[in-house]
Amino acid sequence: MIKPELICPAGTPAALRSAVDAGADAVYCGFQNATNARNFTGLNFTVPELEKSVAYAHERGTKVLITLNTFPPAGKFDLWKEAVDNCARLGVDAIIVADIAVAHYAKTHHPDLRIHLSVQAAASSPEAITYYVKEFGVKRIVLPRIMTVSEIRGLVEEIPCEVETFIFGNHGLMVEGRCSLTNYATGLSTNMDGACSPAACVKYERDADDNMSTKLCDYTIDRFGPNETAGYPTICKGRYKCDARDGGYYAFEEPISLNASDMLPELINAGVHAFKIEGRQRSRAYVKKVVAAFREAVDSIMAGQEPKLADLVALTEGQKQTEGALKTKKWR
Amino acid sequence: MSAELTLGPNLFHWPAQQKLDFYNRIADESPVGTVYLGEVICSKRTPFFEKELDSVAERLERAGKKVVYCSLSEVVIKRERNLLREWAEQEGRDLEVNNTAALLYLKNRPHRIGGLLNVYNEETMAYLAGEGATHFALLPELPRSVIEALGVRARQLGVGLEVQVFGRGSLALSARCYHARAHERTKDNCQFVCEEDPDGMTLNTMDDQPFLAINGIQTLSYGYLDLMSDMADMRALGVTHFRVMPHTCDMIAVTRLFDDVLQGRMDAEEGEAKLRELGIDAPFINGFYHGAAGDAWVSPVAAVPA
Amino acid sequence: MTTAPHSSRAAGGRGGFPFLPPLPLFLLNPILKRVVHKIAADNPDMFDRLGQHRHAYFLIDPVDVPLMLYLRPDPEALDFRAVGRRRAPPPHIARISGKFLDLLTLMDTEQDGDALFFSRDLIVTGDTEAVVCLRNALDDVEEPIAESVAAMFGAPGKMALNSLRRMAENAQKRKEAK
Repeated sequence: MIKPELICPAGTPAALRSAVDAGADAVYCGFQNATNARNFTGLNFTVPELEKSVAYAHERGTKVLITLNTFPPAGKFDLWKEAVDNCARLGVDAIIVADIAVAHYAKTHHPDLRIHLSVQAAASSPEAITYYVKEFGVKRIVLPRIMTVSEIRGLVEEIPCEVETFIFGNHGLMVEGRCSLTNYATGLSTNMDGACSPAACVKYERDADDNMSTKLCDYTIDRFGPNETAGYPTICKGRYKCDARDGGYYAFEEPISLNASDMLPELINAGVHAFKIEGRQRSRAYVKKVVAAFREAVDSIMAGQEPKLADLVALTEGQKQTEGALKTKKWR
Repeated sequence: MSAELTLGPNLFHWPAQQKLDFYNRIADESPVGTVYLGEVICSKRTPFFEKELDSVAERLERAGKKVVYCSLSEVVIKRERNLLREWAEQEGRDLEVNNTAALLYLKNRPHRIGGLLNVYNEETMAYLAGEGATHFALLPELPRSVIEALGVRARQLGVGLEVQVFGRGSLALSARCYHARAHERTKDNCQFVCEEDPDGMTLNTMDDQPFLAINGIQTLSYGYLDLMSDMADMRALGVTHFRVMPHTCDMIAVTRLFDDVLQGRMDAEEGEAKLRELGIDAPFINGFYHGAAGDAWVSPVAAVPA
Repeated sequence: MTTAPHSSRAAGGRGGFPFLPPLPLFLLNPILKRVVHKIAADNPDMFDRLGQHRHAYFLIDPVDVPLMLYLRPDPEALDFRAVGRRRAPPPHIARISGKFLDLLTLMDTEQDGDALFFSRDLIVTGDTEAVVCLRNALDDVEEPIAESVAAMFGAPGKMALNSLRRMAENAQKRKEAK
């Protein structure tokens, strides 16, 4: 049985230290620019910050993975090259890429730099994954959150690289890396600019009855009654109307987070090599709590004990959690 | 350089007879030079038109059109993987790839890259061209500056460059079927309810503002892309093919208008005015190309490229 | 920009300010000034994360307290003071409303801001990006700010913070028990 690595998010150097101290096997983070898909103001790392953070993590035996998981638009490829070069120079443990040319550049210029294929590459079949492994020497695939455990088990047996699955956090419904909804409403592209529902385009409006409307530029993407829990201001978590329904409904998915804590033993049995916790945009408090909870859970399972899992529902979107596609294909 | 009008794959689930009639009319009356065929969105729809596909292709070829077969865009389950393999292994057809999985099979065989595959930069284009890609249909969200840089490289590589100029633009794909969800069904038990919406199902905001269109696992723009006035500019940038997407409006009229403007028989202003007389029940949009929000209409007069 | 309406779901209603009788503003404001200058001096990197938003004014609205806080996190022109509720608040780019103890634990990095937002205990109006940016900047401050502030006031300060934390924990337990 493989002991899966726990891959934890960090949006700031302080969060990275929290994740390391809470028992992360690896921390993933990004630069302060469009080379990563959480390009939010005030978030992420400068090159000097990353240098110090890598030292902090490596001294404690924790790996650092860098997300370069956006798609360089033509004419701006140099920014991504520079990011790959910096990763190689700083001795990070792997880069997480989505774009074919970024993968090719890393492979040809830094053959010793380990490449993980981002979920943003949307490789959801053994054939697609094998393509990336053959072409660019990808060592690990981060799987889209659309497969059941039994499908993952089959996949692990078929592909020539390691598998990483999400176990907690934001539960995106669109195929990641194949969504330009944000660009349609705001003019900023998730794939090119690294921002899904950028905060600059989000407004919360409250009316006299204490209803709260979430607006993304011109569009009201949800409206919450006074006693309803809220979610992220993303189009795919919004409520809409259509002819087939009376009143607003969550056309894509309700505000809900993935929590696969009860399925960890099954995922370990399926041969998954790494568990990923989503949330580089979240606070240190989130990182500390979630990482510590899953550290304990994974260690207990590996020691043959019943895992004790802290209640993480307060940290979930809409304060609701799901096992998503992992449990049943009815989810589709 | 010559410029050609093409008809993209029909993204919607129309009854087989409706599709047959549609393509027969295209063969007889439309000026498009290339027609893309095949189910791109949902593997469950594939059997409905499988039997007709080759005869439709032959009919179009007899009318002088070039025919290209498109792959599925989402390939996850065994059935889809088998479909993709068979599709990739067929001989004697031009093939357009919409999922990376197909690249595994088509390496070093000539193929086209579809408008649902992520090609954002000239380096990715060059890499794929090095493995056999001869023609690139671009994502709807690419702005002019990106198309310009891709145009330069496409000319150097000698590959075709195609941009969608009409119809709802694809914005997102999912593993979940949102048509089934709207009708409180699962994907496995959808009963092909997407057939009720031949141009997609409109999603309105809570303020009753039309926003998006659902087509099974695909989410499209509510607005119809209309880049008629930008075609001359795009030609100068190196775009060689101009893609019109099938809808239920009068597609003979649409393709004639676009072809007339493209070939210089009609000025764009007149073409735009006539397009607006066809009764298309949604706004026209061109924001992506002009670097604005995709849902925007940037007045072509104000948008004369710098 | 929008402003928050007078009624507030985040308002606790009962109890009012749990800790101190409200100090007159002329006594409170010099203390706040010392606090913010100390935090700024200890964490100069914090301002880099704020980017352009460092010049913005934020209104921090502890809904169960008789006063609000007014902050400009600009290292060249720091401003942090209490403002009364009787008059209209001074111009601000964004307003952050929540119960005093929730806001405190947020500063204490014990609470996750997104979680408070999901539960509707934290309400943001105005420039969302500026607020997210401020949140990210504060979250990267290593020593919890509440701790540093308490330390400035020696043993009584620490005692006060500890009693506030207990109150926050109890409030959290009550909420979970519901």
